[in-house]
Amino acid sequence: MSDTTTDAKSHHLIDRVVIRFAGDSGDGMQLAGDRFTTSSALLGNDIATFPDFPAEIRAPAGTLAGVSAFQVHISDHHISTPGDQPNVLVAMNPAALLANVGALPQGATVIVNSDAFDDRSLAKAGYEVNPLEDGSLGAYTVYEVPMTSITTEVSKGAGVKPRDAERSKNFFALGLVSWLYTRPIEPTLAWIAERYAGKELVLEANQRAFKAGYNFGETAELFESAYEVKPAVLEPGEYANVTGNTATAWGLIAASLRSGLPLFLGTYPITPASDILHELSKHKQFGVRTFQAEDEISGIGAALGASFGGALGVTTTSGPGIDLKSETMGLAVSLELPLLVIDIQRGGPSTGLPTKTEQADLLHAMYGRHGESTMPIIAARTPGHCFEATLEAVRIAVTYRTPVLLLSDGYLANGTEPWRLPELEDLPAIDPDFATEPNHVGDDGVPSFWPYIRDEETLARPWAPPGLTGLEHRIGGLEKSDGSGNVSYDGANHERMTRLRAAKIAAIARDIPPTDVDGQEGAEVLVIGWGSTYGAIAAGVERVRARGHAVAQAHLVHLHPFPADLGDVLRRYRRVLVPEVNLGQLSRLLRAEYLVDAVSFTQVRGVPFRAAAMEEALLQQIASLTADEEGAS
Amino acid sequence: MTDLAEPAPATTRKDWSSDQEVRWCPGCGDYSILAAVQMLMPELGVRRERTVFLSGIGCAARFPYYMNTYGMHSIHGRAPAIATGLATTRPDLDVWVVTGDGDALSIGGNHLIHALRRNVNLTILLFNNQIYGLTKGQYSPTSEVAKVTKSTPFGSLEQPFNPLSLALGAEAGFVARTHDMDRKHMMETFRRAHAHKGASFVEIYQNCNVFNDGAFGQITGKDHRADMLIPLVHGEPIRFGAEGQFGVVMDPDGSVEVAEVAAVGEDALLVHDEHKENPGLAFQLSRLSRGPFEPTPIGVFRDVERGEYGEQMADQIALATERRGPGDFAALLRSGSSWTVG
Repeated sequence: MSDTTTDAKSHHLIDRVVIRFAGDSGDGMQLAGDRFTTSSALLGNDIATFPDFPAEIRAPAGTLAGVSAFQVHISDHHISTPGDQPNVLVAMNPAALLANVGALPQGATVIVNSDAFDDRSLAKAGYEVNPLEDGSLGAYTVYEVPMTSITTEVSKGAGVKPRDAERSKNFFALGLVSWLYTRPIEPTLAWIAERYAGKELVLEANQRAFKAGYNFGETAELFESAYEVKPAVLEPGEYANVTGNTATAWGLIAASLRSGLPLFLGTYPITPASDILHELSKHKQFGVRTFQAEDEISGIGAALGASFGGALGVTTTSGPGIDLKSETMGLAVSLELPLLVIDIQRGGPSTGLPTKTEQADLLHAMYGRHGESTMPIIAARTPGHCFEATLEAVRIAVTYRTPVLLLSDGYLANGTEPWRLPELEDLPAIDPDFATEPNHVGDDGVPSFWPYIRDEETLARPWAPPGLTGLEHRIGGLEKSDGSGNVSYDGANHERMTRLRAAKIAAIARDIPPTDVDGQEGAEVLVIGWGSTYGAIAAGVERVRARGHAVAQAHLVHLHPFPADLGDVLRRYRRVLVPEVNLGQLSRLLRAEYLVDAVSFTQVRGVPFRAAAMEEALLQQIASLTADEEGAS
Repeated sequence: MTDLAEPAPATTRKDWSSDQEVRWCPGCGDYSILAAVQMLMPELGVRRERTVFLSGIGCAARFPYYMNTYGMHSIHGRAPAIATGLATTRPDLDVWVVTGDGDALSIGGNHLIHALRRNVNLTILLFNNQIYGLTKGQYSPTSEVAKVTKSTPFGSLEQPFNPLSLALGAEAGFVARTHDMDRKHMMETFRRAHAHKGASFVEIYQNCNVFNDGAFGQITGKDHRADMLIPLVHGEPIRFGAEGQFGVVMDPDGSVEVAEVAAVGEDALLVHDEHKENPGLAFQLSRLSRGPFEPTPIGVFRDVERGEYGEQMADQIALATERRGPGDFAALLRSGSSWTVG
C-alpha cells in the first residue's frame, strides 16, 4: 500500500482495546502505561489498569525475572476489569515477549523493539532461536520496529549522549501506541515538559523520542490504519484517574476534614502500602502528621497514642506487617479507642509475593488476635471505592470507639479507574462526640469520670482525650471493671465485658446498609465476593447474562459484622458461588455463620481473576443445577 | 479545655494520688519513687488534666493507675511508641513514660532508642532493678554476668546493657541517674528531666526486695553512700567521699577514673559539664563504674537541647500551610489530571 497517503489512512472505530506495555524493570514501562492511561482518561474513555512488576528493583537486565508490565484497558463503554487478554503487546526485548506472549489471544498485535533481538538478549531471555524468524509468532500480527536506533538517531544534535538517548525509548513506544490509538499528543508533551523541567537534555530527548514514535506510526508503511476508541458515557461530573492507594489517602484527608479530627499516620514502609504514606506526607497543609516509625509495631502504637490524644490514628501495612500489629490491635480492642488499620494485602505467607495481589488476610483480620477480640472489617472493591470504604471505616471506628480493619490489596492499590470527584459537603459527617463532663457521682457525692459507661444504643464508651479537668482517667490492657474501668480480675465481670465488647461490634450490623444484590428474575445462582474481585465478577456476570442465563451478584463491603439480611439473601438461592483470591476464606465464614453450602472458587496466582474464568465457573454452576434437576426428574 | 494562660491551681500530693490501692510488694522500691513523683508534681506547677503517665508491662508499669492524671497501661515494651504518637499530636501535654529494665531494654529496646534519637518530648523513668519481677525472677538485660536466677540456674551468660551508655549512644539529649533511697535526689533529678525539652531519660536504681534484694545496697545504703555515690554537679569538680577525699580524673587517653585527691591534687579533678555538645564525657562517666559495687556517678550526665520532634512536625505543617494556604480539598482532588464529562 505504498501509495497510501497519511491522510488516506483511515481510523477504524473500535469499542475497546487492551494494551500491555512490557519491558525491563528499567525500561520505564510503568511510566509509558501510566501516561497512555492518562491521555485516554482525558479523552473520556473508561479505563482500568493493571501494573504488574517484579519485587526486585532492577533484576538482571534482559532476564525474565526483570520483566515489568503495565496493562491498560480503554473502552467506549463501562468496563470493570483491565481485560483478560491483551489485544496489543508492546515488547521492548525478548524477555518481555517471552513472558507475555502466552497471554495473547490469536490475532493479537505484537509490536517489538527489533533492536533488542540480538543474540545476546535472546540468550538472556532463554530463546535458542529468534522468535521473530522461526515462525513461532504466526498467530499474531507482528510489527518489528527498531525503537532503540530511531530513538538514538532523533536525539542526535540535542547534545544527549547516545547511552542516555537510548533511555527515552519508552517514550518512542508511547508515541507509537498513541498514534495507533489516535491519542492527542499535547497532554503528554506538556507532561514531559513539566516533569523534566530543569533537566533540559532529558526533556528534549524524551519529547523527540515521543514525537518520533508518533510520526513513525503515521509515516511508516507498517500500519494499515490507526484506531479510535470513542469516549465512554460516564455519569456527568469531574473525573480523575486514581489508584486505590491515592483514593485511600484522599479518603483519610476527607475523614479528617469531616470529623474535625487531626490525621496522624503511623507506619513503616512496606510494599504495596507505602504510597499511602508518600501521598499523605505531601499534604501537610491539611494538618496531616505522618510518622515513619522504626517498625510496624511502633507505627500502630504511635497511631493508637494519637487516638488516645484525640486524633484520627491510622496505620497502613501489608503482609508480615499485619502480623506484627496484632498485639496492638488487641490493646485497641481493650481500650475501645478509634483506630484505623489499613491492610493492603499481598501474596503470603511470610514475604511471599510482595508486589503481587492476594486477598488471603480475611481470616487473619477476623481472628488473628488472642482472646475474644473482635474488630469490624471493611473491604474496598475498586480503586475509586477505596475512598468511600476509608470514610466508612473511619465512621465506624469513631462512632463505636473501636479499631477497624480496612482491607485493600495490591491490585486495587496500584490499579486505576476514572473516579468521579465528590464534593466535600456531600460526604458523610463523622461526629467524634468527645466527652465533656463527668458522667458519674461517687458514694461521696463527688462527680467523677468513668471511662467504661456505655452509650445505650451503640454500646460505645465515652472518648475523653486528656485536657479536661474532672475527666482524668486511666485505661489499660488489663481487664476493666464494667463502668469504672478500674482493673478487675473478677470472673463474672470478665464475662460481662467480653460479651459487651462482642455485642458492641455485632450491633454495628444495624447501622450498615443491607446486602447490595444485583438480582435477576429467575436467578438460582448467586455469586458473592468481596474486595478486588468485584470487577472480574461483574464482567463474568455480564457475559453469562449475555448468553441468556439468569444470575445474581452480591458484593460485600462490610465483612464484619455482615449486613443483617445476608443470611436471608443467601438462602434465597439454590447455589452460592464464592470466588476469592485465597483458598476459601469468605466461603468458610458464610458456611460457619449461615450454614449454607457455599461453593468456593479460588485462585492464588498473584494476579486478579479473569472475566472468562468467572464466566466459566458461573456456567458450570448453572449447568450442574440443571443436571441435578434432570437427574432428579 | 482549660485555659493554659491561667496559672495551674495549687495542688497537694493527695490531688495527684488516685483512689486505687497501691499493690506493689511491701518494701518495694517503687513506693518511694511513686511518693517522690507525687510530691514533686505540686511543685512543678503543672496541671493534672494536662499530664499523662504511660507505661508498658512489668511491676513499674502499674504506675499510671496510681496517679490521678490521664494515663495508659499499655503493652510490653511499646510505651515509647504509643507516647510518641500522643506527644507529637498533643504538644500541650506533659507525657511521662514509666518503664523497667525488661520493658525498656529488652522487649521494647527498639522503641526506646528511636524515641530518644527523634527527641520526642517525653520524660522517661526507667526503674532498673536488674531482674524480672512480674514474671517472678528471671534475669534481665541489666543483670550481671553469671547471675543465678530461675531461668539461669548455672548463671547468666549475657553481658548486661549499661542503660546510660545505651541512651547516650541513642543520641539522648538528657541522661540522668538517681536511686530509690534518696527522695530528695530523685525529686531534683525528675524536676530537671521534666524541665528538659525533648526526650529525657532517667535511670532509677530500684530495689526489688523479693527477687533481687540488695542489688544496689553496696552503693545506696546510708552507711556507704558517701564513699560509693559520686554526685555530678554541673561546673563543679567531680568529688566525693565522706571527707571529699576522692575525685574523678581524666586520663590522657580520654578515659576517666577515680583517684585520691591527695594523690592527684585538686586541680587535676575533672570539672563536670552537662552541656557539652560532644557526648564523650557523659559516656565515659556512664562507664566509670562496672556495676553497683564500685563508686557510681549519680545526677545529670548530659543536658543538651536540640530540636524537639513534635514541635518540628508542627513547624512543617505551619510552613506548608503558610506556603500553600490551608488545605483545600477540592484542589487536592484536582492535583493530578482531571476532566469533565457531560
